[in-house]
This record gives sequence, C-alpha cells and structure tokens, in this order.
Amino acid sequence: MLRFVVRRLLLLVPILLGLSILVFLWVRALPGDPASALLGERATEQTIEQVREQYGLDRPIHVQYLSYLRLVVIDRDLGTSITSRRPVTEEISRRFPATVELALAALVFAIVLGIPLGFFAAKRHGGVFDNASLVGSLLGISIPIFFLALILKWIFAVELGLFPTIGRQSAEISIDHPTNFYVLDAILALDPVALGDAVWHLVLPAIALGSIPLAIIARITRAAVLDVQNEDYVRTARAKGLASGIVDRRHVFRNAMLPVVTIIGLQTGLLLSGAILTEKVFAIPGMGSWLADAIEARDYPVLQGGILFVAVVFVLVNLVVDVMYGFVDPRVRVS
Amino acid sequence: MRDRLKWLALLGGVMLVAVLPVGCGGGGGGGDTMTFGSASDPVVLDGALVSDGESLRVIDQIMETLVGLEAGSTKIVPELAESWTASADGLTWTFQLKDGVTFHDGEPFNAEAVCFNFDRWYNFSGPLQNSSVSYYWQTVFRGYANNEDDTLAPSLYQSCEAQDELTAVITITEPSSAFLGALALTNFGIASPAALTEFEADAGTVDEEAGVFQPTGTYGTENPTGTGPFKFESWERGDRLTLSRNDDYWGEPASLETLIFRPIADNAARLQALQTGEIQGYDLVEPQDIATIEGDANLQILDRPAFNVGYVTINQAMPPMNNPLVRQAVAHGLDRQAVVDNFYGGRGVVAHQFMPPLVEGYADDVTQFEFDPDRARALLQEAGLTLPVEIEFWFPTDVSRPYMPDPRRNFEAFAASLNQSGFRVTARSAPWSPDYLGRQQNGTAGHLNLIGWTGDFGDPDNFVGTFFQSQQPAWGTNEFPNREVIDILNRAERETDIAARTALYEDANRLIADWIPGVPYVHTSPALAFEANVTGYVPSPVSLEEFQTVEFSDEEESEETEETETE
Repeated sequence: MLRFVVRRLLLLVPILLGLSILVFLWVRALPGDPASALLGERATEQTIEQVREQYGLDRPIHVQYLSYLRLVVIDRDLGTSITSRRPVTEEISRRFPATVELALAALVFAIVLGIPLGFFAAKRHGGVFDNASLVGSLLGISIPIFFLALILKWIFAVELGLFPTIGRQSAEISIDHPTNFYVLDAILALDPVALGDAVWHLVLPAIALGSIPLAIIARITRAAVLDVQNEDYVRTARAKGLASGIVDRRHVFRNAMLPVVTIIGLQTGLLLSGAILTEKVFAIPGMGSWLADAIEARDYPVLQGGILFVAVVFVLVNLVVDVMYGFVDPRVRVS
Repeated sequence: MRDRLKWLALLGGVMLVAVLPVGCGGGGGGGDTMTFGSASDPVVLDGALVSDGESLRVIDQIMETLVGLEAGSTKIVPELAESWTASADGLTWTFQLKDGVTFHDGEPFNAEAVCFNFDRWYNFSGPLQNSSVSYYWQTVFRGYANNEDDTLAPSLYQSCEAQDELTAVITITEPSSAFLGALALTNFGIASPAALTEFEADAGTVDEEAGVFQPTGTYGTENPTGTGPFKFESWERGDRLTLSRNDDYWGEPASLETLIFRPIADNAARLQALQTGEIQGYDLVEPQDIATIEGDANLQILDRPAFNVGYVTINQAMPPMNNPLVRQAVAHGLDRQAVVDNFYGGRGVVAHQFMPPLVEGYADDVTQFEFDPDRARALLQEAGLTLPVEIEFWFPTDVSRPYMPDPRRNFEAFAASLNQSGFRVTARSAPWSPDYLGRQQNGTAGHLNLIGWTGDFGDPDNFVGTFFQSQQPAWGTNEFPNREVIDILNRAERETDIAARTALYEDANRLIADWIPGVPYVHTSPALAFEANVTGYVPSPVSLEEFQTVEFSDEEESEETEETETE
C-alpha cells in the first residue's frame, strides 16, 4: 500500500514537468500578451515593447521557461500576478479554500440527494419515480451551469428573497479567517450567526454546481443497484429469508457503491471546471473565477501557477479515491 | 420504508440548515451604510501606482488633489489648493493651500507634504518607471529625475518648493496648459508623507521571472492615508473593501458612515445583487439591462455624461484616401444617425468632432457631413474615379467598448451605406488585442477602420492632442501631416490663458473637421444603477465620483429599513 502511494506520488514529477511545459506554451499561444491586454487603446508600439521587456517576454521562450522552472523548483515560488501584483501563492492560499468549500458543498448536495434518488429509482425500476428521476437527471446534465445559477438566483433570491446572490458572507459579519474556509472559520470562532451566514451563502452555488454531479451520481447509482440486485448472492440472501431492508443495506447498497465512489472521484475535475462559471456568477473569490479572469488579462504567472496547482490537486484526489477503493471493497487490492 | 424515512429526515435537515439563517443577515445597505458593486478588486490603493478605474474609484474617496473638478463636469475648481497663479512664462505655479486640513493619521497637510508627494513621483526608479505602473505620471509629466529608459522623454516637472507653511511653488520645464487640469487626476492625490514613509509605499520586489513589481510595504494595501471624506478601514481581497466616514473632515462630512465596495465581475450578478438589495448601486450597466432597471420602481438609472468618441479612421497613406474629395465622400457615405439610433439603445449621440461636447474647445460650428449617397457618388466622380471605388474596411472582433458595444454591427451598417454611396467595401477583421490594435496603430488596417477613445481627463489635449499633435501612421499622417493643425495644437498646449487656449482648440476642431482624417460618429453615455432612494450621487464624465454627498432619501427609508433590518 505504502509503495503504491509512494510510486504514485513519484509519478507526479514527470506529470508536472510535462504539464508545466504544456501550460507554459499554451498561455503563450493565446492571442495577445499581458502588455497589450493591460494597455488596450493606450498601447503604443513603444509602451508594449517596454512592458514586454519588463515582464521578460522579449527573451527566447526556452530561456523564459528555464527561468520559470528555476523559480518554481529552486525558489519554490509561483511568481507574481501581473494584474493584482500579489504573489501567486498568496492568492492560492486565499482562493483555494473558497473553491474547496464550494466544491465540497456541491459534492455533499450531489451525494446526499443523488445516491438515494438513484437507489429508489432502481428499486422502483420502470415506475413513475424511476422515469421522473431519469428525466430529471437528464435535465440536470444538460442545463448549462451559469444558466441554472441565474435561474436559481432569480427565483430564490430576487423573487423570494430567501438567499443571497453574491459572495461568501454578509456585510455585517466580521470574523477572522485563519483558514479561509468560512464555514470552518465560523466554527472556530464559535459564532453560530457567522456559521449560518456562511452556509446560507453556499446553498445556491452548491446547488448550481452540484446539479451535474447529482444527475451523474443518481444515474450511476441506479445502474449499479440494478446490476447488483440481480446477482446470485442477493437472490441467495433473499431466499434464505433475510429482511429486505437488510439485504438492501448490506448486500445491494454496499456492492453498488464501488462504481459510485469512482464516479465521485472523477467529479472533482468537473467540479473545478464548473467552479469557474459558478464562482463568476456568484461573485465568489475562488480559483475558478481567478483563472477565468487571468485568461482575459493574459496573466501568465497566474495561469501557469494556478493550473499547475489545480493539476496537483486533481492527481492527489484521484490517488485518495484509488486508496479508498480498498476500504469500500476489501476485495480490491491495490498493488 | 424506514430507510426512506431516514433519508427524508436527512433531506429535511439539510433544507432546514439551508433556510434557517434567513433573516439573520441583511442586505448590507440602508441607513448609514452603502455597498457599491464594482467590477473587480482594486490593485493597490496608491494612485501613483495604478491606472485602473476600480482602484481610482476607491482612492478618490480617500485622497484629495490640489485642484478638483466641479461635480458632474470637467471644470477645474479649488480642492486642497484654495487658489493658484501661474507666472507670465507659464513655468512657475504658486498654490495657496487650504488651512486647517489634517491627514487621516493626524499629520498636518501643508506645502511640505505637497512637495514630498511630487518629489516622490518624480524620483520613481526601477519598475516604478514602467508605464504599466506610473502611466498617468508619464502621460502628464513624461519622464523622471533619472530616466532609466531611452524611450522616456525629459520630465515636464522640475521642482517643488514649500515657500511657507501654506504656499507650494511648482516649477515645470516648459509651459503646459494641460498641467493644471491634470492635477485633478486622482493619481496625483496628496498622501500623508508620514504614512508613505512608515508603510513603505515604494518598497517592493521585482519578480525575477515575470518582472512584475510587487509592493512589499503595506501602504497601498492596508494604510492608504489622505485627507478625503472617507478613511480606509479594511480590505478582504476578492470580498469587500470597507471605508468609514472621516469625522474630522475639513469640509462637509459625508452622510454615509460606512462605504463598502464589493467586487462582482459578472454583469448579470451585479444586477441581481442590486435587485436583492445586497448592493445599493453599481457601475458599468450593460445596455440590455437598462430597460429592466428603468422598469423597476425600486431602482434608478443615472447617466454619466459622454466622455468618449467612436470614429472611423481614414488612412490617407492608402490612395485614393489622400484625395480630400474621397474623404468627403466617405463622410457623406457613412449613415451615422442610423448606427447611433439602432445600436446604442438610446444612449448615444451623433458625433461631429473628435472630442465630446463638454470638453473646453468643442466648436459648435464645424462643417457637418450629412448622410447623402448621391453627393458621395458625385464627389467620387469629381475626383475622377470609376465607381464603385474598392476599399478595405477593418473592424475588431472579440471586443466591446463603451463607444462600440458591437463593432460588427456598426461595420455592417456602415458597409451597407458606403456600398450605396459609390464604394465597394471589402470586410476585414481581426481579434481586438493585439492584432487589430497593432494594425490600427501602425496603419495597416485598410482604408477605413473602426476605433475610438475614452478620455483620461477633461482636457482637449487628451483628445485632439493625443490624436493629431504628432504624425501617426494610423491616419497615414506620416505622408500627409497637417502642419497647420499640429502648429495650432502646439500653441494651444503652451497657452496658459484659458480663453485663448479654448479658442485655439476650437480652431483646431474646425480645421480637423474640414481635413477629415477620420469620421467621428458617436459619443455615448455610460449608465450607473442605484436603488431609487439613493440621492446625491453625481455622475462625472471622467468617473471621478464622490460618495461624500450620497445619502438615502427619507421617504423610502421606512421601506428600506423594513427590508434590511429584520434582525
């Protein structure tokens, strides 16, 4: 097990090296550069040249890359954002928790609703509930996130006034944010009002972001439960007279969870990409909206550092999911 | 069955948690607090180091300048300087400062503080000399004490002397009539020398890889200190920036006790936040949202006076555009009224010169070229050309500017009207940045192209001076410079008598209109949105808007209270 984990972690090195080259080339292949994005109509050939020179963009690309690599590997620094003039690492430490909090909330929403939905749909296979959940999950997958977000905000915030539409906390709340996970910070501060406020701000974004994973989880659960239900051991269990609740819980549910766990792991990438739109629409200062803005501003250091960071997270999450297999299903041996 | 109940109970629990806190927060507005939705976070709160509107918006509440602008106009009025005089040669400017003004940190405002600030800017070195950092200093004062880049011109600034406690004498190296007006720029706000020093405003490191200047002091992020009606309180990046009222303000103190800026990048999100009362106002209203806001009795739209110009560039270096008759034909062949009526949602007026009407030097009597296809064709024939005359017309893609929300539509309408007028237009386009802008500027974007300009400050020099005072490849003026125009603009720049200077710019505008280096077609008014009970916000053409005079009107206060104080 340990060897498995270590080997996977070592694999990160070539992955990151390759990725860093790809990202480095990709951001430079975008039309335009920070100089022209920064100056707009005011850009003259002279000022563009001056800014390019300042940012070192006039050097050959391999020299730029090596200098970036030295910065990352030796100085363990991701550079400075061109737009905010803050260190990229500082921005990540502030923004990443916002995205994780949102992604977790969305995942909780998707799991808590998706698994039971899929389970009951399978139990009532072919029935009205099953068909309704199928249609519902199809809708969940097909509605664009930002559209769903705007509709949710319009109904629940603008019309009904139940939820806030922007940010992570209300203007009146002022607590310290040692971890930048606002829910956790509120708990640490022992402030129930701040806690409620933080959760309250998460509801609509989590629903918007969680809609696609919810639909996928529900459908996979349904399929897996249908599969497992027809296995011999389930028939045997029923034949020997076990109560149906126990059969469902111990035999059907547990065995059906394996593909579901895989899917949940794979959703991480989806959640991160979905967070770009969700964060933008809900004005949440997270990684997603940050990277989206960085593309517009051609903020190379942010794009390079941010994307590398997200890639590391993605690889680590998948590693955790692989390790978790062993716990969900002892038959799976990681080797 | 029991399983299902358990799930339902769990679901119910989740929903309850979600709904419970409703009512224990508010919109963050009403009464003494106003929350304003901005498009993004400021960069740093140090006017000398920024050029973006969101930074300047906040800085403008904290800092004050020697001279100010009358609310809603570009007229220069006293601010920290009570009066001023210029020497006969226009080189020495003496400012009498306001007495009894203190900085937010309790330090006295005086002539020494003024000179400290000017000397600070003048002595910028290293990355602070980059135009992405000190853009406005370079625009107005050109260079520094020690120019580190060959492309920088010698500085217009020479020295500042504190003659006595309240008299500051600034000397410049050549007469400049734009100098005084430029001092109204938020960038030249006078900061507390003690705070600048203590919090190391100029300290910073340069990122070795990307060359970005990163301030390491805390002046611009935690301790901006000026004399303005609001004081800096706190800044949670990405979330909110809070200012509080300066109760020791030398003038009329603000009515708002707290002013909060929240960055909301998405336009639709800003509108929704205004509808829910989470914010009480926002800038950069999308044209398509204006009807919604005007239709809502709880909201209002405020117009910012037009301070931009959209125009069609004519490249005289490309024949037959060197022929004045052909340029006249172009001017008669562009249906400007139709474009302005159809694509600007009622927020544009047809332009006839290269500066908006409220800038000094705007001439009421320039030659106007009405849309007249027959006249255009006749002019082309008079020029000895065979119809149709083939021309290339460029427009940018992937961009929306205040003066050109949808360039393609403008182009299509113009191309259609030109085709009626004896031309045959070939469409060419490129992504805005850097391809289009690059081509536009170096004169390789066809016979005609679409472009425009939003003013930096309320001075004619910032419009016609920028466009025509030097020869620029965009107009093809390297080959066909208009010496007369350049000469008048040079004289105007040196003229310190305001009336004489205005007359010179009026002359220049008349000459330019007859010369037709391009065809101005639109000035637009950007819109701001507020809750209906917000009063005292005076939109400024140059976006220098003070929240000092903003308050919530009484009659709708009760409604507001009901909505937001449900705690």
